[in-house]
Amino acid sequence: MNRKKKKMSLSAKRSRTGFLFILPWLIGFIWFYARSLFMSIQFSLSNLSVSPGGGYTLDFVGLDNFLYAFRAHATYKQVLTTSVGNMLIDVPLITFFSLFMAILLNRKFRGRTLVRAIFFLPVILNSEAIVDAMDLARNMMSGGLSSASAEMAQASSGGMGIAYYMEMFGSLGIPEFLIVYLMGAVTRVSDIINASGVQIIIFIAALQSVPGSMYEVAKIEGATTYETFWKVTFPMVMPHIITNIVYTVVDSFTQSDVVELAYNTAFTESNYGLSSVFSLCSTAITCLILVIVCGAIQKRTFYYN
Amino acid sequence: MATIKSIIQDVRDDKQFANDRMRWASNIKGFILFLFRLVIIVGICYVILGPVIGIISSSFFSDADSYNPMVYMIPQEPTLYRYELASKYLDYARTMLSSLLYAASLMAIQVFICSMVGYGFARYQFPGKNILFACVVIMIVIPTNTIMLPLYMTFAKFDVFGIIKMIKGAAVNLLSSPVPMYIMTIFGCGLRSGLYIYIFNQFFRGLPKEIEEAAFVDGAGTLYTYFRIMLVNALPSAVTVAIFSMVWQYNDTFYAKLFLVSDSIVISKRISTITATISTLEKILDPAILQLFLDAGIVLVMIPIVIIYVLLQKQFIEGVERSGIVG
Repeated sequence: MNRKKKKMSLSAKRSRTGFLFILPWLIGFIWFYARSLFMSIQFSLSNLSVSPGGGYTLDFVGLDNFLYAFRAHATYKQVLTTSVGNMLIDVPLITFFSLFMAILLNRKFRGRTLVRAIFFLPVILNSEAIVDAMDLARNMMSGGLSSASAEMAQASSGGMGIAYYMEMFGSLGIPEFLIVYLMGAVTRVSDIINASGVQIIIFIAALQSVPGSMYEVAKIEGATTYETFWKVTFPMVMPHIITNIVYTVVDSFTQSDVVELAYNTAFTESNYGLSSVFSLCSTAITCLILVIVCGAIQKRTFYYN
Repeated sequence: MATIKSIIQDVRDDKQFANDRMRWASNIKGFILFLFRLVIIVGICYVILGPVIGIISSSFFSDADSYNPMVYMIPQEPTLYRYELASKYLDYARTMLSSLLYAASLMAIQVFICSMVGYGFARYQFPGKNILFACVVIMIVIPTNTIMLPLYMTFAKFDVFGIIKMIKGAAVNLLSSPVPMYIMTIFGCGLRSGLYIYIFNQFFRGLPKEIEEAAFVDGAGTLYTYFRIMLVNALPSAVTVAIFSMVWQYNDTFYAKLFLVSDSIVISKRISTITATISTLEKILDPAILQLFLDAGIVLVMIPIVIIYVLLQKQFIEGVERSGIVG
């Protein structure tokens, strides 16, 4: 009995120590995140007016802000659909591109360190001003990739352009939405490359954690490289695909136009209630997408450990 | 004819030639794959490096070069005038120093706090742990933009349970100073803190428990174990988090704009107004020329992070691979 009591107190002590370790974060979370989320919801349901002293008063208006955002606001619905659409296009592209590049970079070849360093450069140079200037520089340097699409668009007036190729592939029986999707992918190739630095590193790490004995077995059993990829590599990196999708979705949402619209509505138009509505709705949609996608993948995911 | 056929048949059946053929086939296959890989890698490196090279080269353009359509990439009359003006209006040395200090001090706090929280989550059992860790994941998933307004309001009238009001008579306005950023970072809610907590948590979970047990048996206290043993072992992930947080903090304009941090502290905020400044003060109105000044300014801003990255990139990439960012 005595011994049991002592053991209990030890575990209680340990749990207290652990609690102390996370305490700063817990305070911060409640103070900044939980409270702010609550305030956001409160703002979205009311009409906020800033009083001269720096404080604010809230008039409860119910769902008026939501109704205004979806029924009357000029651009919100359009911006939201475009952002979500772009996100849905980009996420699979970025995921597969980074998986492909990770496999390529995981092999040993000369200059691998340098190439990896270059691939990670966009993550380092992601300041707003730098990104804008880089876009401009990319356009100015004729011969770059994005100007190629402009040239293609010009050439299309000459008869043998996008329309020609679309017709050609269309008559081959490839569905049109697929062609449009791929064309979109080609014109955005530099965006996709720039957005996939972290994902490539995550996949490289995942590939290196696959035990080598599995590949040996596959080789002895006579599997081709193709089979090895689908039966060994792909299932083993499957859990990290979820990590990457979460990262990509959050990242692309943070840089989307919806966020900018919400920011401008709040700080240039001083319409705080509406801005909260914008933020909350787009966050809700993002979370919904994440839950659906991750849920769908989770079912098919194979966990090694 | 028959003899030729039989010779071919002989060649086909010959074991030695069969090996040769296979070797050749695999050589050619390997070569084609190598070529394929080379083309893809060089192409993608070009897409990434192209604009950077473009910015660097155009920052040396003189006015004449900029108006001359024959000049491409290599200026005929290179000039350092762009750098002169850009560094003058950026107040380069001072702004850069304070900007680096700002980012580095926040980085130190991030590493300290996030490793502590990550350790707490990884090694201790306490009631509600799973729910609390779900909150960390929520922090990663919910973008800061959702809560930017309440944060702004909180720091515009900053008060802790009315204590400050009691002392000073009114709530203080902490905006337009770096203090809000420090407060948020100290309480584990800084720029992408959720991600760092997650990285540390994954890493500490991967370390063997025996290390701490040995320390405990030898009479080390909790804090001693944490600082002298666990933190030393966590060096790879600490390096990763340090670089991530340093670079992202340095590049961050979102919080700097939200909290109205002065642009003499945050150089990445100052660079976004440099064209307007030069245009007003130097009476240069051509946007093409102004862009050259911006390019020079951007090169100046990029230099320190690129240096940090080049020095630490090996530890960094290996650190990411080993530190359990993959979960």
